[in-house]
Amino acid sequence: MSDTHSHSAAFVRHDQIPPSPPPAGETGPVKWIRENLASSVSNAIMTVIGLVAIFYLAIWALPWFTNSVWNAADIRECREIMGDARGACFAVIEERWLQLLFGFYPPESYWRLIISFFGLFLALAPILFSNLPRVLMVWTGLFPFVSVWLIWGGSFWGPAMVLAGFVVGYFIFRFASTINFVAGLAAGIVGAIIWWSFLLGPIAGVLSSIIPIELAKVESREIGGFTINFILGISSISLSLPLGILLALGRQSNLFFIKGVCVVFIEFIRGVPLITLLFVANVILAFFLPPGSNFDLMLRVIIMITLFASAYIAEVIRGGLAALPTGQYEAADALGLDYWQAIRFIILPQALKISIPGIVNIFIGLFKDTTLVSVISMFDLVGMIRGPILSSTDWSGIYWELWFFASALFFVFCYGISKYSMYLEDKLRTDHR
Amino acid sequence: MKKSVFIGALAFAGLAAGAAAAQSTLEEVTNRGELRCGVSTGLVGFAAPNSAGEWEGFDVAVCRAVAAAVLGDPSAVEFIPTTGKTRFTSLNSGEIDMLARNTTWTFSRDVDLNFEFTGVNYYDGQGFMVPASLGVSSATELDGATVCIQTGTTTELNLADFFRSNGMSYEPVPIETNAEAQQQFLAGTCDVYTTDASGLAATRAAFPNPGDYVLLPEIVSKEPLGPLVRHGDNQWGDIVRWTLNALITAEELGVTGADAANPVESNNPEVNRLLGTAGTLGEMLGLDNAWAARAIAASGNYGEIFEANIGESTAIGLARGLNAQWTDGGLLYSPPFR
Repeated sequence: MSDTHSHSAAFVRHDQIPPSPPPAGETGPVKWIRENLASSVSNAIMTVIGLVAIFYLAIWALPWFTNSVWNAADIRECREIMGDARGACFAVIEERWLQLLFGFYPPESYWRLIISFFGLFLALAPILFSNLPRVLMVWTGLFPFVSVWLIWGGSFWGPAMVLAGFVVGYFIFRFASTINFVAGLAAGIVGAIIWWSFLLGPIAGVLSSIIPIELAKVESREIGGFTINFILGISSISLSLPLGILLALGRQSNLFFIKGVCVVFIEFIRGVPLITLLFVANVILAFFLPPGSNFDLMLRVIIMITLFASAYIAEVIRGGLAALPTGQYEAADALGLDYWQAIRFIILPQALKISIPGIVNIFIGLFKDTTLVSVISMFDLVGMIRGPILSSTDWSGIYWELWFFASALFFVFCYGISKYSMYLEDKLRTDHR
Repeated sequence: MKKSVFIGALAFAGLAAGAAAAQSTLEEVTNRGELRCGVSTGLVGFAAPNSAGEWEGFDVAVCRAVAAAVLGDPSAVEFIPTTGKTRFTSLNSGEIDMLARNTTWTFSRDVDLNFEFTGVNYYDGQGFMVPASLGVSSATELDGATVCIQTGTTTELNLADFFRSNGMSYEPVPIETNAEAQQQFLAGTCDVYTTDASGLAATRAAFPNPGDYVLLPEIVSKEPLGPLVRHGDNQWGDIVRWTLNALITAEELGVTGADAANPVESNNPEVNRLLGTAGTLGEMLGLDNAWAARAIAASGNYGEIFEANIGESTAIGLARGLNAQWTDGGLLYSPPFR
């Protein structure tokens, strides 16, 4: 047949024409601009308006940066150097940046905060990235105790013996749970509490007199600046997630009492502004505590923020739980799993995956909310700016430079959290794309 | 059930308060080895930590003097920053031993809030600052103005009183801190900024062009600022009161901080009584006789403290005005040390 055809036609092409380049309007930057910036007349107008706005913003803001002064003793010298030019006086950052980061922490001990800071990322790594060796989890477990010791100082044996309490409780649980799970759990908790309240002090005292490992003590009031925001944010985030999960499960419980407690707790906390809780932590509690009792303000604030965040996380996770089809619960039951097994292996992995964006949203909000402690006169990053720096004779009158610095610092961390959550969502996505 | 828990908590708090009363503030402070002094979270010239984290300022100096008198060490102070809203609860709950935070002595604070003002370390008064371009030369021409005002302070109430008694209206712009007020005022959010005259002067000194703004001549209130303690512990109140008086008397008698650091027998018997080289005034207070010498040596006498923190040689540049000694036509008048 092919022969016939070749004879009947004057010319038959045997090989394919090489593809010609796409038309100029359909490729490269031109296409991108057409599709993204000028896909219709109205969009083109909007693009032009946007560009003009960015241009004006740039020529308005750029001199502020290019004329900036980095070396001056005070605001008056800054203004003298600048003369008539309009510019930023970043000299204040240059002089006070250590204070903005660490507060009044003793400078010779800054290394302790820096080690804690990098240790934190090492501790978080195995949790955040599942392809790292699991042996790193040992450091994750030790980190809270090591960092408390590094940051607040004192005897090494205090935090070490608190950690030992967990070990004691765990072993009691291991032995007792062979008889009954719940009874074992209770025995473990009671054992740990007995350890902490009666044995911890004497044993730590004896150990530190035999092998004294001491760091200079640092009071909570000396810690300040971004360090406070970081400590409050990290500890509240890590404590509120497990608490929030328990509250969410409790709210779905069939046991009337547990359910009641959880509902009342969640609704109460959600009905009260965070700032009220912080005022309670700062001033009201002092009326009820016996005089002379030294219940650290930082600890009080951590507890309040944790409770606050856990109520919100509980509600987000409840959303995740509600989104699971009933079939998943029934399938777990059909497999003969008990309640905790079903929750651990079937329910929570799916519910948490659904809840990730909501949880991360709360974490970012929580991290920024830690700046509220400036109203209860703690010198966090915002408190440090509003109080000591803006009211020093040298720098009174400076404003934008400091807030620019603060927002840049917060942006870096919040954007990091947000990027990680996107990575996690992507990794855990199992549906068909 | 909830009610009984609440009552229980109250009873517990009552017991706790009872236990507190058993120990005097002086004993508490000496046992602790540290004075807990409430100060402002930051007020130019009056209280602010420097770049090394050391608190300094006019109010801070009072805390240091009391610490030096009681504990012998001007650095044995834990400075507890308080805001306008938390200062009174902090003092009432016993978190701090004394408050030196530019607090105005008023009837209701003294009587109703159960505090004891132990004197006045700065006589202030509320003034007004306006841009020169507004063309206003008297506060009585401010009808209909927008006014930046710090919330929770006596200035807020004085402002309302002043405008009402002059039959004028105004629009308040509530702000939280002085730094915020500065920006709002410079940005033109309000026509007028009102606060204590000392604060206005300090704020204006920090402006890029101080000459573009004028302070109006009217001072519309009396703001006697001073340290205060809780009601009920008169011995402690006396210590704070007479420490402040010692600083003022020292200036009147010409005793400087350097003199007080090495007290020598003087021809003036009152100087001797003050510095403890004669008499037993310190023992009457429950301290030793060198208490006032230590307090004065801490950061100098009243005049020296004034000059170092807010006086004319500083960027704030306040004149002594009402805060001069009575012998110089001011209001400072300490009862005699006898």
